[in-house]
Amino acid sequence: MQKTVSLTVNGKPVSATVEGRTLLVQLLREQLGLTGTHVGCDTSQCGACVVHVDGEAVKACTLLAVQADGHSVLTIEGVATGDTLHPMQEAFRNNHALQCGFCTPGMVMSALDLVKNNPNPTERQIREYLEGNLCRCTGYHNIVLAIAEGAAVMRGEAPPNVHGAAAE
Amino acid sequence: MTTIGTPVRRREDYRFLTGGGTYTDDINRPGQLHAFILRSPRAHAQIRGIDTTAAQRAPGVVAVYTGKDMAADGIGGLPCGWQIHSKDGSPMAEPPHPVLAVDRVRYVGDPVAVIVAETLAQARDAAELVNVDYVAQPAAIDPVTALQPGAPQVNSEAPGNLCYDWQLGDLAAVDAAFSKAARIVKLDLTNNRLVPNAMEPRAAIGEFNRATGEYTLYTTSQNPHVIRLLMGAFVLHIPEARLRVVAPDVGGGFGSKIYHYAEEAIVTWVSGKVNRPVKWTAERSESFMSDAHGRDHVTHVELALDAEAKFLALKVSTVANMGAYLSTFAPCIPTYLYGTLLAGTYTTPAIYCETKAVFTHTVPVDAYRGAGRPEATFLLERIVDLAADEIGMDPAELRRRNFIPKEAYPYQTPVALQYDSGDYRATLELALEAADYQGFEARRREAMAHGKLRGLGIATYIEACGIAPSAVVGSLGARAGLFESAAVRVHPTGSVSVLTGSHSHGQGHETTFSQLVADTLGIPIDSVEIVHGDTAKIPYGMGTYGSRSLAVGGTAIVKAMDKVIAKGRKIASHLLEVAEADVEFKDGKFSVAGTDRSKTLGEVALTAYVPHNFPHDELEPGLDETAFYDPKNFTFPSGAHIGQVAVVNFTASDDFGRIINPLIVAGQVHGGLAQGIGQALLEGCVYDKASGQLLTGSYNDYAMPRADDLPAFALSTNTTLCTHNPLGVKGCGEAGAIGAPAAITNALVDALKPLGVRHLDMPATPEKVWRIIQQHRTPPAAE
Repeated sequence: MQKTVSLTVNGKPVSATVEGRTLLVQLLREQLGLTGTHVGCDTSQCGACVVHVDGEAVKACTLLAVQADGHSVLTIEGVATGDTLHPMQEAFRNNHALQCGFCTPGMVMSALDLVKNNPNPTERQIREYLEGNLCRCTGYHNIVLAIAEGAAVMRGEAPPNVHGAAAE
Repeated sequence: MTTIGTPVRRREDYRFLTGGGTYTDDINRPGQLHAFILRSPRAHAQIRGIDTTAAQRAPGVVAVYTGKDMAADGIGGLPCGWQIHSKDGSPMAEPPHPVLAVDRVRYVGDPVAVIVAETLAQARDAAELVNVDYVAQPAAIDPVTALQPGAPQVNSEAPGNLCYDWQLGDLAAVDAAFSKAARIVKLDLTNNRLVPNAMEPRAAIGEFNRATGEYTLYTTSQNPHVIRLLMGAFVLHIPEARLRVVAPDVGGGFGSKIYHYAEEAIVTWVSGKVNRPVKWTAERSESFMSDAHGRDHVTHVELALDAEAKFLALKVSTVANMGAYLSTFAPCIPTYLYGTLLAGTYTTPAIYCETKAVFTHTVPVDAYRGAGRPEATFLLERIVDLAADEIGMDPAELRRRNFIPKEAYPYQTPVALQYDSGDYRATLELALEAADYQGFEARRREAMAHGKLRGLGIATYIEACGIAPSAVVGSLGARAGLFESAAVRVHPTGSVSVLTGSHSHGQGHETTFSQLVADTLGIPIDSVEIVHGDTAKIPYGMGTYGSRSLAVGGTAIVKAMDKVIAKGRKIASHLLEVAEADVEFKDGKFSVAGTDRSKTLGEVALTAYVPHNFPHDELEPGLDETAFYDPKNFTFPSGAHIGQVAVVNFTASDDFGRIINPLIVAGQVHGGLAQGIGQALLEGCVYDKASGQLLTGSYNDYAMPRADDLPAFALSTNTTLCTHNPLGVKGCGEAGAIGAPAAITNALVDALKPLGVRHLDMPATPEKVWRIIQQHRTPPAAE
């Protein structure tokens, strides 16, 4: 069974023909070419595929493409403004919160969702919120610092810059 | 201007943070087909026949192939890159490792057939129609029972399932030391089997160009040249000149992406058969049953001490699980990366190690972060703690008493290695201070008052990084060299491309190597490009594993830059019309000593490529130099890790030699610690011992460390420089995974000691700890 779906992705209207079993993440990656959203597992636990649907964080492997029909999707490709990173992306860079980069898009999308609901999260709250996002490289230490810094900047505070400055 | 030693933010991050990375599964080739690999659902079975007729007729299916089709094309088996010899001098048993199983399957996940279709869904649907006639056979799963008489046989080429029975060290000297020991401490332990679980599942795309006869393989690899050599020469018989291997952005490896896997050969071969590109991407459940696993040792260890608590001798006997077939580097892990590390940080004068490697009906086992060294460290640091407990000595004091003193370098251990540098005592004191060791008993009493048990565990470790030199490892059975290559290409306007044989899959080479080049050549970091991961671009190199990239790959870059500077000096002396000896290179300029006359690197480069005024009699045009570096020795990072359960606090003090980028080094340690703590507390790969089914086959069953399972880490470094590479660097990638399991387990045993607990095998899950507490619980004595 094929169906045509129309949705808004990163602010642009798109249409595609999908199978009933096509997942949102497959639509994004394989038909729309938005390969920043990753697939790291088949049990909806790793969180590498987190996107926002109508402003809510969703694992794009748990939603059928047809369920996204008529909705608005934000992926990692739509987070920066032009060439300027979003403060949360900048905080990940500043805190070395990514190594191989594979979990990173999902981490950033989850972090934005956390901060939307809790603008000033504690370390414990950040760690507990990341329950649904696996990272194998960083040990989470710098991701936790990055999310705290990203939240601070989004609140209008100066970044604490715990790692110091590099020589230029 | 120097960026070395400062926390330069990573150059690769922008693309990863904006969804612009290019991982293998992100690549799609024109006309691409999708492959689904049908895998054995049984641990051991004879294949009586495979009927693919219905699958071939299914919608969208282009081809279905089995092991017989590959055999008919003369396709070879997957090769092993290391040969071990047994005690009696005989070579290890090395059974064939077919790409697709032919008449027998030997583990759950063994590839049986490949279905190629227009879409992945069609390939997967058609796989349901392949009828494999299996005759179930009993399976050997547990490595110890697999060695017993009458156990089911995995490979007819390995009678009794024994791959090899290896030894290292002087048994007579060890026995003599034991006979005069004041105390002997004994322990049986296991080192739990782990699944590496890089977040990016393995993937491969094969592409054949009929016009040129050239094959291209895009693959999730840590070492594309090694894959090209192994697959081209041994499996598919394609000469290097017609085979390009590309490892683009790779989402974590931890060892699991070193090896040449069946799927790489399958998609490459099939792309030629069907004359279209073919993509395969692992589902996570496939990763669990097809990525090489790690660890899986069963060990008996004995330590002999004299009356002053000095270690006299160590005796270790290990059974190491190889799985069903030999993965690429499997045989060297429980031997030369294990037995050779058993001196640890101590002066133990006599050491003997024997390892029986055994085949079982499980996924092949190979190197996983640390590879042999975590196993060695775990047993050593457990037995040292146990000894401290039995003789009633502070475990820190027992370690101090036996450390190799810092004056003793170079230090020859009784197990082949010669350490070049270190200061274990200073590193331990740093960790003890950071962990407030003095204040621990008060914290323990405080916890007790609240009805809680608290423990502190110390582990020191020595790591051998950058396995080398080639001549030595060759004599030990390596079938490859272990050098690294680099080409430093100065472009006409002075920007620089570095083509490195090292591969980055999270380590940040594009930043660290750029710092090295920018500082040495005196140019901005933005003028440096680091190229890796494509055999069509980079010189033959060995890739990244064993914490070797900076010590070996970085040194190759330094040596290539030395050649660039030497030639640049000759060109500058011609331009400046002075003797070469009068030209010095500093801050990106070739200057005449004592004058203000100089030429920039860019001016010299332009002259080299537009050689109108050039010493043609003396020099060739161009400024592009290649170097290969084969290290004189391993490097030996060391450290002391202290865990306080559950896990309240984790303190790591490490000696990595010179640090180029402290931010990246800390990140490497954090990640290693998470994997080490994961091994200690959460992770364990479990097979059903009777059926051989993989019980931990997904993230539902295999406990990956999550953010709320881990503490923030307190790191410090104590630096002694490596003496035999020009950078003084040692390697930091595996340290965390090596020290943490023992530190955490020692802390747990320390906490549970009041209940009479002597040892605890990993992973110490909450359930296991709870059961042990219940078993040991005695009613509190009346006070």
